[in-house]
Amino acid sequence: MEIFSLLIEGFTIAFEPLNLGLVIFGCALGLFIGAMPGLGSVNGVAILLPMTFLVPPTSAIIFLGAIYYGAMYGGAISSIMLGIPGASTAVATTFDGRPMALKGLADQALVTAATASFIGGTISIILFTLFAPPLAKVALAFGAAEEFALMMLAFATFIGLGGDDIPKTLFSIFIGLVLSAVGLDIISGQPRLIFGDITGFMHGINFLVLAIGIYGIGEMLWTIETSKGEMTVSQANVTFRRIVDGFRTLRRTFKATMIGSFLGYFVGILPAAGATPGSLMAYGVAKTVSREPETFGKGNPEGVAAPESANNAASTGSMLPMLTLGIPGSPTTAILLGGMVIWGLEPGPMLFVEHRDFVWGLIASLYVANAFALLINIAFIPAFIWVLRLPFTILAPLIFILCIVGGYGPTQDMHDVWLMLGFGVVGYLLRKLDYPMAPAVLAIVLGPLAEISMRQSLLQSGGNVFVFFERPISGTIMVIAIILFLLPLIKLVRGMLGRKATG
Amino acid sequence: MRKAELVMAVVMAVFSAYLMWKSAELPIGWIPEEGPGGGAFPFWLSTGMLLCCAWIVVRWVRRVSPASQSEEQFMDARARSSFFWVAGSITVMIALIHFIGVYGAVPLFLLFYTRFLGGHKWGPSLALALVSPVILFFFFEIALTITLPKGFTEPLFYPLYDIFL
Amino acid sequence: MMSSTHFRSATAIALGVVLGVFGGLANADWAPKKPIELVVMAGKGGGADKLARFMQSIVEKNDLSSKPILPVNKPGGSGAEALVYVKQKQGDDHTLLVTLNSFYTTPLRQPALGIEIMSFAPIARMAEDTFLLWVNVDSGINNVDDFVKAAKSAGNKWIMAGTGKGQEDQLLTSFLNSAYGLDMKYVPFKGGGRVAKELAGNHANSTVNNPSEQLGFYEAGNTRALASFTPERLPLFKDAPTFKELGKDFVYFMQRSVVGAPGMSPEAEAYYRKVFKAIYDSAEWQDYMKKKSLQGDFLTGDGLKEYWGREYKIHQKMLKDIGEI
Repeated sequence: MEIFSLLIEGFTIAFEPLNLGLVIFGCALGLFIGAMPGLGSVNGVAILLPMTFLVPPTSAIIFLGAIYYGAMYGGAISSIMLGIPGASTAVATTFDGRPMALKGLADQALVTAATASFIGGTISIILFTLFAPPLAKVALAFGAAEEFALMMLAFATFIGLGGDDIPKTLFSIFIGLVLSAVGLDIISGQPRLIFGDITGFMHGINFLVLAIGIYGIGEMLWTIETSKGEMTVSQANVTFRRIVDGFRTLRRTFKATMIGSFLGYFVGILPAAGATPGSLMAYGVAKTVSREPETFGKGNPEGVAAPESANNAASTGSMLPMLTLGIPGSPTTAILLGGMVIWGLEPGPMLFVEHRDFVWGLIASLYVANAFALLINIAFIPAFIWVLRLPFTILAPLIFILCIVGGYGPTQDMHDVWLMLGFGVVGYLLRKLDYPMAPAVLAIVLGPLAEISMRQSLLQSGGNVFVFFERPISGTIMVIAIILFLLPLIKLVRGMLGRKATG
Repeated sequence: MRKAELVMAVVMAVFSAYLMWKSAELPIGWIPEEGPGGGAFPFWLSTGMLLCCAWIVVRWVRRVSPASQSEEQFMDARARSSFFWVAGSITVMIALIHFIGVYGAVPLFLLFYTRFLGGHKWGPSLALALVSPVILFFFFEIALTITLPKGFTEPLFYPLYDIFL
Repeated sequence: MMSSTHFRSATAIALGVVLGVFGGLANADWAPKKPIELVVMAGKGGGADKLARFMQSIVEKNDLSSKPILPVNKPGGSGAEALVYVKQKQGDDHTLLVTLNSFYTTPLRQPALGIEIMSFAPIARMAEDTFLLWVNVDSGINNVDDFVKAAKSAGNKWIMAGTGKGQEDQLLTSFLNSAYGLDMKYVPFKGGGRVAKELAGNHANSTVNNPSEQLGFYEAGNTRALASFTPERLPLFKDAPTFKELGKDFVYFMQRSVVGAPGMSPEAEAYYRKVFKAIYDSAEWQDYMKKKSLQGDFLTGDGLKEYWGREYKIHQKMLKDIGEI
């Protein structure tokens, strides 16, 4: 019951006029930053960090938390409407969100995304409120070996996401992984794959560069070709009634949302993992347990609900290791940690004891931010739909410009813009030849995490490859991952045997 | 389409081989007590890419994949011209950013695209070309303080910085 | 809505041109004309990034500069990308760089980059961060003697976690290895916070973190500081002796300096010196230094260059000793 009174105390802080105003402003601002391809929550929080020096620390983190939340909601908007994931956390949302928009169901997809985000956020905040300290121990027990096992699990859950052409799907995964190796080899400290000694390759190939290139430029070229000069590509409609109807699909997506919320939260609290693997795994699991897995990727609202609930749940989850251990659970929380330095607060186990008002004010404001982000998002849906109804010959050049500026923004390096154009053109040509592109985009996110954690655990164990199975947590995860890897194979063998039997 | 499938597989195979060669700058083997060397991860994965390309070629010879059966043209004249103009104008715009900056290149690109590729009237095209850079400026440079490249138009912006920053 | 924004900004532009012309004439002293780029040789959320954003916010709060200072991340190649970028900004008056010790180690390890560190404009040394030797409390190790005994018997099974290869943490590890005849294995991780967590979670046996990275776990009683690499005991860690007291004449710091692009005009250099001196003197900075146990006086100009010269030689020797160059 102590938690309850602390929470009430927190709510009185969250409802102070200044804090409430900051929550609403932060949510709205975050929504737009998240909706821009290229600018995700990381950039939003980093850019607005110094502004928060002007208010007390509790208000500051409430503001940044609201931006974080708003950006998570906003990421879905560009994924659904333009098919361009604004941040790595929203990649999985494009798989079904984009097909829904192309079918003229953009408003339904947006409503599904917003409500799933709300439910995911709320569940994770409740879990956070109830189980913060014990879960911090779980996060601490996670070492490099466990991290590698988790990455294997993430790969295993989306093994079925590729197309029917096995060599092309594998090729896509491999090229994504190789591109992710560009830059610096952290273990040996040596530069690696620096093509032509160009310094721009030193910081590696950012996920965003590949994603905006492939989805923003490549897919747009493809759409322009297939639409053959038609004025509008997607029919989009919105009325109050349709939005209300959108809420009715909630029952259909309930299971997917629950999977996303819990999975997202638990993956989120693990250091270094963050929302991206969480949302991918939620998509994979939702597809596996769905009654109609074959409709995934063709505009099933469950495929929007699962990753969206997961990425919001994970963003709350990743605050846990930040506050209790002082280690970032995601790139955005790494910057929030920097904020705590600015405000003179020491993250770590003592924070919950010494700065109760800060912690509980933040938790309470997350509840409030979640509610406002939902309202603001729903309120803006008609405006977003209006944009979609612009003639395509106006929308297309604007999207190209957003891609270029969005590709430039995070690193402020024209090198990345050129690289993005290159990926766009090659991606377009590959797309025409049925090479699936999503596996490459996912691989570039997970590749570095998988490689580094594998090599760190091997170093720690003196080159013992069984280290991943000897430790209880990583062993369990590895076994699950291997079973998931083998499932499609078993199905294949069974199918072949079955055919032989009948034939 | 059939020809394009083969050409792409061969080009990608050459690219994979290049990546293998480039990865081999760092040790690609197993270092005792430490695990794989710095080049191992990209090297063996590029090997995987190469094998996939070979597999694609085998399927091409056996005419298994849809693209290797299709007798359709890879890009018809229409597709070629739309690709040429759209991708070409984007390339020119990015190149121009180096010289006349975002605020010079963006209006030119928008004007070209909406007026000539899109066939809109001069009025709306011009309006869009002039309003967009202003919105970009206020959203990126003022609200988010991300400086966009300006090329040699930079001094023109000093007075604006004086007012808004 | 759109047209009214358009109209307002058009007026603003016109007004700006007029004001700019007359304002420019009236001002004789050098002042920045556009936002100042503060290049950071780490990704968003990294140690140098936190510091840069902290300085940025002090500038904003106390209104120390007429144009904002904007951090730009160039994380590639342990500082190589940032150093090359700033080097190419030859003569630029609006580009600064936050440096760590990779300012010495990266040019030493990658001579092909052609970085001449003395060519950078010496703006300010803001602080020197300190290093301590840390172990987990569960290990039962209370002092350096226990540590040496345990590490010796573990041989190369003793894991020392650190950030980066051929950089600060590894240099200290190799010092400990040679000074006490140990064979600790060095495992690099991304970021000092992550290293601290590896120790607290018992995934590593020891670390040489900065106080700011371990403080959270230290205060919670998870980790223990055994000894410090400073000339004198740190006020925050009174119980940890210095290595000097233990008979090893070894001191090591991490510089936190701000440099300007090579060939920066003297007027601009003077302007930035004033700005960073004001940051250094601000209550926020002083408080931060005390809390995170940072050392070091404000250094600038020739004093700073002399300091670089000394440190460069020390790093050259240390890198040679571990065979990195």
